[in-house]
Amino acid sequence: MARLIRMDGSGHTTVAEWHVADEQAIEAAAAAFREQLEAGYYAVVTEGEGQARQVEALPVDADLVILRRPIAGG
Amino acid sequence: MTAEPLPETAAVYWRPRVDAQGLARRGRLWTLTTVAHTIPYLMASAVLLWLEPLTAPVVFVLLAHAWVIPELYAKRGANVLRPRQRADEGAERTALGLLGDLVGHEARELHARTGAVLERGALGVWVVGEAGALLVTPGGRRAYCWCVRVEDGTLPSADRIAHLLLALRTDEPGFATVANLAFSGAPRRVRRRLPPSLRPALDGAVSTACRNRGR
Repeated sequence: MARLIRMDGSGHTTVAEWHVADEQAIEAAAAAFREQLEAGYYAVVTEGEGQARQVEALPVDADLVILRRPIAGG
Repeated sequence: MTAEPLPETAAVYWRPRVDAQGLARRGRLWTLTTVAHTIPYLMASAVLLWLEPLTAPVVFVLLAHAWVIPELYAKRGANVLRPRQRADEGAERTALGLLGDLVGHEARELHARTGAVLERGALGVWVVGEAGALLVTPGGRRAYCWCVRVEDGTLPSADRIAHLLLALRTDEPGFATVANLAFSGAPRRVRRRLPPSLRPALDGAVSTACRNRGR
């Protein structure tokens, strides 16, 4: 089961879950994904050791998509 | 690292994108600036002492200034790794689970001891903390301390680190471009100013950077 999670004050919250064979769940996850991006989150998929990729659309094949807040110089 | 630029770089469009050569230039400039801050005090001390040995107390104050200014910069650099206020225990535990999934066994173990995460990059070896990161360049002779944080004060400590880690992994030069440089100099100068619990993280970065000298 793939997951879309959002890092927040609770540690992290699972926003959506889907299975590649379940189109309805994918549609719901994609809608939740867009909603989070509109709320100002960035979506990241980790790609092996030391690598990550920012995504603009829900990567259905990914096991885990992480939503993060923007960073800024302190 | 992928070529996709970090979106946050758009907010600092006037900054040139960080690369190894630019970074080395900034490091040299930083050292030059520190010397420029120190030399006038040392010269004034020498002249005063030569003109009138009775000015020794004033000379002492001048020498103290010459010593304290570089030390304050080093302290500012060390502060980027200073731990921040903790969230509630449950949130910290949940966030720690996610961070643990993002890093390897060694980094997990180091985080448990120090509260910081070690990450190898193209520019060098990073020590990622909650509100900043420290970069040790290949060879281990210079450290760059960067102030950079996630704009959400409610996040647990491990999530703050995970935010910085994911941004760093997405676009390392972009990460360094967005961050504000707080200090550049010899790692031992920062080490002296770090809390003892954090020193193993810097030591680990320096020894890894020394092994990566030829990269």
